[in-house]
Amino acid sequence: MRRYYFDHNATTPVAPEVFEAVAPAMTDVYGNASSIHHFGQMARAKLDDARRQVAALLGASPEEIVFTSGGTEADNLAILGLAREGHAITTAVEHPAVLGAAAQCASSTIVPADARGVVDPDDVRRALRSDTRIVSVMHANNELGTIQPVEEIARIACEAGVAFHSDGVQAAAKIPVNVNALGASMYSITGHKFYGPKGAGALFVRKGTKIAPLMFGGHHERDRRPGTENVPAAVGLGAAAQWASQHGAEERARLTKLRDALERAILDSIPDSHVNAAGAPRTPNTSNLRFDGIDTEALLIALDLRGFAVSSGAACSSGVSEPSHVLTAIGLTREQARSSLRVSLGRSNDASQVNALVGALAESVAHLRRIAPQPGVPVYA
Amino acid sequence: MHDPVIAVAMSGGVDSSVAAGMLHSRGERVIGLTMQLWNQRRLPELQGERATGRCCSLDDVYDARYVAQHLGIPYYVVNFEERFEAQVVKPFIDEYLAGRTPIPCTLCNNFIKFDQFLEMAEGVGAKRMATGHYARIRWNPDNGRWQMLKSVDRAKDQTYFLFGLTQDQLARTLFPLGGMEKAHVRELARELGIPTAEKPDSQEICFVPNGDYATFIDAYFREQGISPDQTAGELVTSDGRVIGEHPGVHRFTVGQRRGLRFAAGEPLYVIATEPSTRRVVVGRNEELLRAAMRVKDLNWISIPAPAGPLRAEVKIRNKHAASAAAIVPTADPARVEVHFDEPQRAVTPGQGAVFYSGELVLGGGWIE
Repeated sequence: MRRYYFDHNATTPVAPEVFEAVAPAMTDVYGNASSIHHFGQMARAKLDDARRQVAALLGASPEEIVFTSGGTEADNLAILGLAREGHAITTAVEHPAVLGAAAQCASSTIVPADARGVVDPDDVRRALRSDTRIVSVMHANNELGTIQPVEEIARIACEAGVAFHSDGVQAAAKIPVNVNALGASMYSITGHKFYGPKGAGALFVRKGTKIAPLMFGGHHERDRRPGTENVPAAVGLGAAAQWASQHGAEERARLTKLRDALERAILDSIPDSHVNAAGAPRTPNTSNLRFDGIDTEALLIALDLRGFAVSSGAACSSGVSEPSHVLTAIGLTREQARSSLRVSLGRSNDASQVNALVGALAESVAHLRRIAPQPGVPVYA
Repeated sequence: MHDPVIAVAMSGGVDSSVAAGMLHSRGERVIGLTMQLWNQRRLPELQGERATGRCCSLDDVYDARYVAQHLGIPYYVVNFEERFEAQVVKPFIDEYLAGRTPIPCTLCNNFIKFDQFLEMAEGVGAKRMATGHYARIRWNPDNGRWQMLKSVDRAKDQTYFLFGLTQDQLARTLFPLGGMEKAHVRELARELGIPTAEKPDSQEICFVPNGDYATFIDAYFREQGISPDQTAGELVTSDGRVIGEHPGVHRFTVGQRRGLRFAAGEPLYVIATEPSTRRVVVGRNEELLRAAMRVKDLNWISIPAPAGPLRAEVKIRNKHAASAAAIVPTADPARVEVHFDEPQRAVTPGQGAVFYSGELVLGGGWIE
């Protein structure tokens, strides 16, 4: 059976360019980057290269990049490193890594989002308090692709003298990011969302922003993240960042066209289908679709058994399927949230794959609607 | 496109694992589905080292996934928590509060396993489902019906819990273990290299730790903000004397002796619970004997609804040895009267009554 991967917001395959860069960093260059000898210096050189590549992707300086184990750690380091004892402002559509970290702060305020998943900067302004230490608003949403007005929110935070953090895990490489233009004090990314390895992330920390480490035991990463540097992971992240810096613009244009074609074909060929958050500015690769009366759980399995990998939203480790907090936050009913499905495109997808997906979706949706119990008819008699 | 033909309900236990393994080794296209029925993060007060034998734990999902990986079949966890709570857990509690003794396993079979699961199976492209139940299904061309029969291993027979299955459900269901002895199932598990071959059998009600249903109900009440002692009241004898207090009607079931907190000359048994007055009525063992009962919400399986009286062996609880009786139809087609040849002890409202003719399951219903 041919298999098709349409879940690039969950994770991406490692790009060949990345693999080629990482392999020698696991074999030839095995020194500890903190050692003074030749072996250490070789590792340090790789690490420094990677730091420059990541900085270039974000428009930052290399010394502003802290390597982490991924997006979750970067978000936690930003929020708890700065605001554990204070008040945090964040939004209802954040990733659990941000919501979970904010919940550990002394207090927190969750700002709502509108029906397109967009946060009103004035809501952030109104939530500011004298003890507010951080405003954390994601750059782009993982489930909807919605891009937040982060520049305006950053300005509001800045005027109030409050640090602004943005979870850029779903934005980096998908849309142009410049942390200076954006006005962020901190910005989280992770490599595996853009063809890098898993377990390789980074937090941008603007010069002058003081954060406390979450862990203790060494002076690595300028006292912000102790532990022997994971050179292969950093090299992978750097190579992925470099690819995105070089090819991001053309890939974005290609994916936008592909995504628009996908949505048109679905709306045309499947009755009672919708695009969630269609009116919002969105990342080029993300499409959140809704099929009235369909249980997405069955649809996902049916599609997987036909070779198509899509998602009902955030990838979930425990198999528990509560309706998505993002979809309910934008005003969808539980029912509607359960009828929603995310397609996230990437490098491997092309027009013929998208056509195949639309065909499979149309058939599976029609089949599920045909067998659905009719309302009013007892299910069990 | 290759449609998977059979969806196996996999719990992570030996029986459903062997069911999947048998079908798979027979060359059937099989997928494994585990039903997530109850969120184990709820009711934290019930958690702890003592809480063994619970369903839907991450361990069980791990086991089921391991077996599916071992067999090399597609595997998914499907979430039926909402419907399980609405159609099994809440009715289970309501029945206790109404003075009856429910069987959640039958509710689960009727509304979840052979309904929502079957729908899910069909939705993902499976035409049939299979479980690890000990029961047999057979097509009878003479009366054009799917019949259900006791399992070959009589000690493991689970037909008592399956009396609600409709003809349509039976037509789409396979019980691969129905013709096997349990010992053989274990052997086969080892032969198939199933990683959970030595896992002990599950017991009791899957969502209730240690079979302590009263503690579960109390915990559920507290979660819902209801005081658990709302059903406390008086213990009275069958002739109306108040002889003490009890901590809640849901803690008692007809025929029960243990847990009565007072001293008396002769053993006392629960005769009835009366939720409207919150009274628990106790009496002597002989007072528990009943010669007849009414059974409602009938489902006929191996035979069509009978027009006249019928002889059958009737089972009134899982561990009951079926007793000879006459089944007498009433004006209401969904109800019968059952007249036992010998009076039966502790006929308990809320339990199932299942009618057998030898190994054949004729049908069944709920004791009123």
